[in-house]
Formats: sequence, C-alpha cells, structure tokens
Amino acid sequence: MYAQMVDTGTRVAGNELDAAEVRFQKRIDDGIRVEPQDWMPDRYRKTLIRQISQHAHSEIVGQLPEGNWITRAPSLKRKAILLAKVQDEAGHGLYLYSAAETLGISRDQMVDDLHSGKAKYSSIFNYPTLTWADVGAIGWLVDGSAIMNQIPLCRCSYGPYSRAMIRVCKEEAFHMRQGYDMLMSLCRGTPEQKQMAQDALNRWWWPSLMMFGPPDADSVHSEQSKQWKIKLFTNDELRQKMVDQTVPQAEYLGLTIPDADLKWNAERGHYDYGAIDWEEFYNVVKGNGPCNRERIATRKKAWDDGEWFREALVAHADKKSKSKLQAAA
Amino acid sequence: MKSEWALWEIFIRSQHGLAHRHVGSLHAPDAEMAINNARDVYTRRNEGVSIWVVKSIDIAASSPDDKAPLFDPANSKVYRHPTFFPMPEEVKGL
Repeated sequence: MYAQMVDTGTRVAGNELDAAEVRFQKRIDDGIRVEPQDWMPDRYRKTLIRQISQHAHSEIVGQLPEGNWITRAPSLKRKAILLAKVQDEAGHGLYLYSAAETLGISRDQMVDDLHSGKAKYSSIFNYPTLTWADVGAIGWLVDGSAIMNQIPLCRCSYGPYSRAMIRVCKEEAFHMRQGYDMLMSLCRGTPEQKQMAQDALNRWWWPSLMMFGPPDADSVHSEQSKQWKIKLFTNDELRQKMVDQTVPQAEYLGLTIPDADLKWNAERGHYDYGAIDWEEFYNVVKGNGPCNRERIATRKKAWDDGEWFREALVAHADKKSKSKLQAAA
Repeated sequence: MKSEWALWEIFIRSQHGLAHRHVGSLHAPDAEMAINNARDVYTRRNEGVSIWVVKSIDIAASSPDDKAPLFDPANSKVYRHPTFFPMPEEVKGL
C-alpha cells in the first residue's frame, strides 16, 4: 500500500455528527461520488489530502530505487523498458498531485511537506536496490502489492482520486509484468543469475508485506476510512490476497519464499504466513530505514538544482506574453 | 523568487471524429509548455491525436448548489425522448 497509517483526525468525544455530515455519509453510502466543489467534512478533506499526497510522494520517491539501474540495465531493451516504467511513476505522481490539489492544497506546499519530512511516503522505497534482480523484484512484488491496493481504490468515494487510480491501474499492470518477465529470464539463466533472483526475493519479501501497513488490530484509522470509502479492504485482507497470489508465482519461477512458516491452510483456503517484524516497519517509517535520508536528500537536490530552470521558463513565458501584448497594441 | 506555475486543464481528442475529453490537469508556465507536458503526462500510450490546454482559472463552472434548478426541469419532460411515443409494430421506418 502506497499510503500507510493515514491519520483520519480525531472526533471530539460525545460530539455527534451534525446534519450536514449525516447527509454527506448518506451520499457516500448510496455510492454517489464526492466532487471537488461539493461540501465535505473537514476531516474527510484533510484525511484525503494526507492519503493522496502520501500516495503521490510514494510514486515520485519510488522512481529513485529503480532509476538507480537505468544506466546499468543489461541490454538496450531492458533499459528502454525501465525508462518507460520510471517515467510512468513520474506520471502517476503527477496525476495524484493534481487530484490532491482539487482539495485545496498547493503543489508547492506538498513538495515542501515531503522535503521537510512532514509528509510520509511508502516505507518500501527506503530499501536499497543492490542488484539488477532487485528491479525485477520491485516490479513483481512492490507494484504487485500496489495494484492489490489500488484496484479497489478505483471505486473510492472521491471522484478525482478514483479517476487517477483508474489511469494508474491501467499502466501498473505493465510494471508488474515487466518485473516478472525479468525474473523469468534470470531464473532460466545461469545458477548465479537464479541465485541473484532468489537473493532479491529474500530481501524484498518482508518489506513488501509490510507495505500494506500495520495489522488490523493496530490500525486505528481504518474504520473511519472504510466508512468514507477511501479504503475498501483492511490491511490484513489485502496482505493475505498478496500472499495467496504470489506463492504460486514464486513456485513457477522455482524460487523459495523466505518464510519457514508459510504453508497452505486448506481449512481457511489461504496461505498461513509467519510473523512480520513490525519493529523494523516502525523504524523505517520513523526515518531510520537503510535509505530514508538518501532518498529525501536526492529529491531535495533535484528540486533545488531545477530551480533556476523553473524560473527561466517563467521569465521566458512572461517575456513572450509581454511582446505579444506590445504587438497587439 | 518563488512563483508556482499556473494550473492547466488538459483535453485530449482520442481519435479523429471524437470530441476532446477532459483527462486531468497539470502545472506549466505557459500554454506551449502545458502542451509539451500534457504530451508526456497524458499520452504516453497513443491516447491522443490532439491536445487542448485551458488555464483552470479561466473555466467557469456551475455550482453543486445549482444542481436542482439547472437539471431538475428536464426530469419532467419525458416526451423529449423518442421512447415516450409507442409506435405500432406494423409501421416501419419510425
């Protein structure tokens, strides 16, 4: 999940929903989409700004681990594919920033919040891409998890968010497949190449499961988000879906999922899986993952280095519109 | 200096003969850059053959509060639809 632990704000105890909020909830229950100009409770607006901007930041920061391999892709074909994929991530970030802006926050404010550390992005992008196989594992597992989360969001209650999700999901399927395709090549290659794929799976498996966020028992904001239909399945439901879908895919590759407790549970009709190290997750969220500082430093540098260029484009646009006015006079 | 680029609404014509459709928005310093950016953001997979860009600020929109006065009157005018008039089956070409 690209948005983790989104705060839904706190309701003042004993404070009943007022009439407008009741009407609003009724519209959501009836499946009517909320559009930017419609009245909405302040908490709904703020929660969505947090959720959508966190999602957007994840797309943008998510370019970095893979972008790291563009110049080192093993063939021109893989390089072209990876370039297209990373460009898509930028596009996804832009669709989402636009959706968040319809709620009344400016683009610059969101960028500032990312750089200052006020806004979060998904914990998963704070892990390093050590080998080429990691790029495949990200497409397969990370984009796979993202799709799992994003497909239901195509039906979420906020119109601009749901429309952005529809565009993103269409493109995301390519991301997952190119990752799996890359791992198929490695697994059919030399023993060393297959080992490289196994090593990537070993390192990305658990962080991918953590992407869905804390267990349901510990997700304090889930209930409100579900009521507002900006979250349609719980963290554990989505995580289970991910495990069930991925185990046969790993078997096909001939890779072993690094979980000794993983086994099919015929009674439940699902795979049981081992305990997740939540301490690691919270540590990464707090900013102490392997790459947190590097990721934000890279984003800030790109923003700062581009400042003169952004300004130059504005100066050019001003000059052109002035000369147009003069010509018209 | 810090000035945020204007917001533009993007419309794409998907195939010849179809109308431009709103696809989303983006920031750009001028119309030319808005078209360039729209090409990259909204047409990476042959989605379009033509792009319109309009400054968001220049779009006038109806208010959600006006929904009833604007659109309710049409509800009672079912005779505007051809299905309102039952036609004898044996008569052709209607």
